[in-house]
Amino acid sequence: MTPARRKRLLVVGLLVLGVAVAAALGLQAFRKNLLYYFTPDQVARGDAHAGQAFRMGGLVAMGSVQRAPGSMTVHFTITDMQRSIPVVYTGILPDLFREGQGIVVYGTLDKNGLFVANQVLAKHDSKYMPPGVEADIKKAQAQQQAERLAKDPS
Amino acid sequence: MIPEIGHLALILALCLALAQAFFGLAGAQRGQLVWMSAVRPAAVAQSLFVALAFGALAYCFLTNDFSVAYVAENSNTALPWFYKFTAVWGAHEGSLLLWIFVLAIWTVGVARFSRHLPQEFSSRVLGVLGVISIGFLVFMLATSDPFTRLLPPVTQGRDLNPILQDPMMVTHPPMLYMGYVGLSVAFAFAIAALLSGKMDSVWARWSRPWTILAWLFLTIGIIIGSYWAYTELGWGGWWFWDPVENASFMPWLVATALMHSLAVTEKRGAFKSWTALLAIAAFSLSLLGTFLVRSGVLISVHAFAVDPKRGVFILGLIGVFVGAALALYAWRSPTLSSGGGFKPFSREAFLLLNNIFLVVAAAAVLLGTLYPLVMDALHLERISVGPPYFDTVFIPLMIPFFILIGIGPYVRWKHGELNDTAHKLWWVILLAVIAGLVALILLQAETTMVAIAGLFLGAWTIVAALREPVYRLWQRARGMHLSLPRSVLGMTTAHVGAGLLILGVTVTSTLGITRDLVVKPGSSVTVHGYQFTYASTQDVSGPNYQGTQVTFHVSRDGKQIAVMRAEKRTFTDTVTSVAAIYPGVFRDLYVGLGNPLGDSTWSVRFQYKPLVRFIWFGGLVMMLGGVIAVSDRRYRRRVTESAAIVPANPPLLAATPVPAPGTAKAEVEAGG
Repeated sequence: MTPARRKRLLVVGLLVLGVAVAAALGLQAFRKNLLYYFTPDQVARGDAHAGQAFRMGGLVAMGSVQRAPGSMTVHFTITDMQRSIPVVYTGILPDLFREGQGIVVYGTLDKNGLFVANQVLAKHDSKYMPPGVEADIKKAQAQQQAERLAKDPS
Repeated sequence: MIPEIGHLALILALCLALAQAFFGLAGAQRGQLVWMSAVRPAAVAQSLFVALAFGALAYCFLTNDFSVAYVAENSNTALPWFYKFTAVWGAHEGSLLLWIFVLAIWTVGVARFSRHLPQEFSSRVLGVLGVISIGFLVFMLATSDPFTRLLPPVTQGRDLNPILQDPMMVTHPPMLYMGYVGLSVAFAFAIAALLSGKMDSVWARWSRPWTILAWLFLTIGIIIGSYWAYTELGWGGWWFWDPVENASFMPWLVATALMHSLAVTEKRGAFKSWTALLAIAAFSLSLLGTFLVRSGVLISVHAFAVDPKRGVFILGLIGVFVGAALALYAWRSPTLSSGGGFKPFSREAFLLLNNIFLVVAAAAVLLGTLYPLVMDALHLERISVGPPYFDTVFIPLMIPFFILIGIGPYVRWKHGELNDTAHKLWWVILLAVIAGLVALILLQAETTMVAIAGLFLGAWTIVAALREPVYRLWQRARGMHLSLPRSVLGMTTAHVGAGLLILGVTVTSTLGITRDLVVKPGSSVTVHGYQFTYASTQDVSGPNYQGTQVTFHVSRDGKQIAVMRAEKRTFTDTVTSVAAIYPGVFRDLYVGLGNPLGDSTWSVRFQYKPLVRFIWFGGLVMMLGGVIAVSDRRYRRRVTESAAIVPANPPLLAATPVPAPGTAKAEVEAGG
């Protein structure tokens, strides 16, 4: 091997090493910062790990929003019509937050099954439906219909 | 009647695009002069019909023609006329028409300013642009016709999404599209060169001004989008790592890499196949961006379309374009010579590192953007990748990148001298350190490592970039004959802009202060020495909204310095916040109304944002650098002259030289 070739090999080797290190660091950063997303149904079934932050999407249940006057703390319920999860949040709510609206909350589930949100996200679209929620709602409606038929076969 | 004319114009444009593509590509392949001479007229006529269709849709909006479904969906008689006009691209169909219209503008630009190129080459370029036009015209006619009638017509339209009712929305999409679609020109040049098998420094020289033009439009488009988010979304954020933003950032990163790699190909004949690959990648990412935003795979602020047919169609288009381009590349690139060699310490090596960092950054963004979509599409788990990921990846990538940015321009081509570079830069390093220390003292805040790194890197980038022009002007003042070509001045300016941008980004994100507080009428709060007093509240109303306005008196050291009025507006269907911004060169104060808590009490977000304006100002300076570089005289030289300078393939240059065209930039902009 000539000195020139050896030098070139060294440069290429260093480059490959650099790219590999960068890729490893990048993938690690990637894995550490993944945010999982669940529907209330999945959360109720225990898919979400307790104590770990995740995102949950659903509709703000009608009549569930409660706020002490002059306080930034809000209690409400997120539902996908199958299951409902109570949520507490302290802070500013997005403009499009309202009952019946599809939203996404980010936070952790505490021991008592209360979702403590750090962040409430609403899209700038009044008809927004968080992922997976529409399917759950349809399932719930089908179930109700089936129950009704079972009770009243006429 | 008018909508039918628009529809017909699109069909005719498609026919002409077929002719443009066929005569361009087949004519060049067969050496048929008559065919090739038909390409330019076909391209111009195609563009005119697209413009006619665009005009027809704009007319429908301005005359409130709610018998057109798209107009009824996105306009309203109460809209001011300019928002009616911008509503043309307020949703899927119209923004697709805007895409095609912008492609038509670039096509006319290429047709006009490619006369000095060999006919075979310009035919191929226009032919490739024709193929792209065909793809998008078919897409539009098959899945997203904006001229579809609504039966029965309605008397009043739904409204344009209120957050799009903003002066910046008039300019953001067209600028962004000028950039996206402009990359199709760089792509067409690369494909034409691959087809002809003659890829050399002349090709790089022809391709450069077009690439810089596309890049500068993309830059301004992203800057406007960021500023719009800052002022209009109401929360003081200027970059969210939202997939829609990433969709424009990825092509920007690759286009930046492409500009630098084209410089190597032009000056040294090296990096040819890499440059071609970057041109293909940049355009592919533009198409991917279009797909992400237009297919509705992302439900975010910008996503309007919800029809999966469209997504599949664009995905198919991407597959065909990118697949064909890569196949051609795989076939042709082994035949390309590798060009001049270079030492590890040389300008080439630094530009190679620049390319590596930018491409790795783009790949990291791509991973973070696509991975959640792929997982969701495969019905595995639903995940999202948030800003923490992008921050963790970008900070370690950008620190070495910005160290290199200052050194690169002071390393010679082919074989650099470490001593020479060190001699040129030692006082720059000293000055950068002093400037960084002064900035640290001036900011007087508890700082973080990232903030310190950002300050020093910003100072270093700016001082290092300015060293060359300052030195040359100083030598000139001493009677030496040293020129300062526009290309050098353009690079300097762009690098200064990058330095300002990095200062703004690091300082604002590390030293900015945000407080969410509850305020009652008459009460006051203090944020970073600024006292905000809730003075009054009143109801306001606009042409298509009702709202509440809260007035704050802002004082510092007991002296009143500003009155800030923040609003909450309720439209037919939605609510938006209009933040109050008290701008300054070195800091912004930002007040956004949160939620009404009863009795005129509000939760309010108060923000102190140091150097936030450096972000957009730096971006504008970068863009200005592009403008200066593109106006360089050598891009306007006659072919005969450049032939004398650059030894190239004689057959390519054998075509008739045509007088140099005027400034490409001014004409293209006038066309837009």
